[in-house]
Amino acid sequence: MLEVSNLACSRGDHRLFCGLSFSLKPGQIMQLQGENGSGKTTLLRALCGFMMPDEGEVLWHSENIRHMGEDYCSEILYLGHLNAIKDELSAVENLCISAGLSGFVLKENDAIAALRHMGLRGREALPAKVLSQGQRRRVALARLMVSDAKLWILDEPLTALDVGAVALIQGLIAEHLENQGMVIFTTHQPFRVAGMEMHSLSLS
Amino acid sequence: MKVMGYKKSSLLQLLVLVIRRDLVLAMRRRADVLTTLVFFVIVVSLFPLGVGPELGMLRKMAPGVLWVAALLASMLSLGRLFSADYQDGTLEQMMLAPQSLSMLVLGKMIAHWMVSGLPLVLMAPVLGLQFDMSAQPLGVLIIGLLLGTPILSMIGAIGAALTLGLRGGGVLLSLLVLPLCIPVLIFGTGAVEAISSGLSVASHLSLLGALLVLSLVFTPLVVAQALRISME
Repeated sequence: MLEVSNLACSRGDHRLFCGLSFSLKPGQIMQLQGENGSGKTTLLRALCGFMMPDEGEVLWHSENIRHMGEDYCSEILYLGHLNAIKDELSAVENLCISAGLSGFVLKENDAIAALRHMGLRGREALPAKVLSQGQRRRVALARLMVSDAKLWILDEPLTALDVGAVALIQGLIAEHLENQGMVIFTTHQPFRVAGMEMHSLSLS
Repeated sequence: MKVMGYKKSSLLQLLVLVIRRDLVLAMRRRADVLTTLVFFVIVVSLFPLGVGPELGMLRKMAPGVLWVAALLASMLSLGRLFSADYQDGTLEQMMLAPQSLSMLVLGKMIAHWMVSGLPLVLMAPVLGLQFDMSAQPLGVLIIGLLLGTPILSMIGAIGAALTLGLRGGGVLLSLLVLPLCIPVLIFGTGAVEAISSGLSVASHLSLLGALLVLSLVFTPLVVAQALRISME
């Protein structure tokens, strides 16, 4: 379970939010809402442990993530604005390396299967630089399929995706929630997961 | 649908993964590797042309010139050590890796040395001939470079991590790192001068070896911490 208590973050001298508290239980999904610059990405980065909040703490199973270090890292999957994809590597190589960095040995056949599921059939071996923006995003999102992380932290996962890809992501998220996973994400597009209650948190 | 990896990878597998990844990337961007090497060759070759063909003087200045050129050449490639991974978001993923970030950093430094340091070591004997160096001093120079260039990569990595994401970081990086490399330069050139004047090289080379071991142990931790600071 993820608990956030009395969190305050600032960017430079500007206080983005303070006194923020919420919790997320297994099987729950939460959407962060707010205008541009309201601190959604900052909050997600604080949840990842990239930045130290000014006040308050983030707890994972009642333990501060600051003290958990790498144990916490194996519980979360973060997908930011940047795709973490190397132009020079093929889609398969990119996915295998991402999985390797998150501690898994991923076989090439499995990587190809995951990429095909993401609608990249026939493009598995192409260098990522010839893929379109949406296709690169699909390669990045294929990581959702090869991870066993409990908590998915997704920063605008739907950017550059077409309708078909959005449906794929909805399917993956629904499956993850059924398996008692947790999702916290931001998006500016309408997004529903069938049969799931969407919690929302507004930053202003 | 879920496709899972099979087992948790060990630290050694992770190290191999990072090294192999960086080597593959370097091979697909060959121009970057070649610029360092060509810079080294050109700078070293300029000295005999500029100073003139007096063999005694050339022989005397050879170790210094080769070492300083290697130092400058290694500065050239440092900026790229983390910046590409920083810009495309891979570094964020590395910081979230469930294994220690220091190990990933060590892998990156080893790969960086294999791409930018090792070619200099291999090229040095050919360049040494331009300075009329004889076999024994040349041998000592190579051993010195072999011990010294990894230290340059590792000290440089600290600077590269600290200046990550700064505008004009390249110049600042050199200003930060070059003074720290002075001990390596002194012991490296000292060893060649010692053998040329018939003294033992053991002390110089053991000091270089000690520096190498120290850097191997401590720099990954320091670089990992510096990266965490740069990412905030």
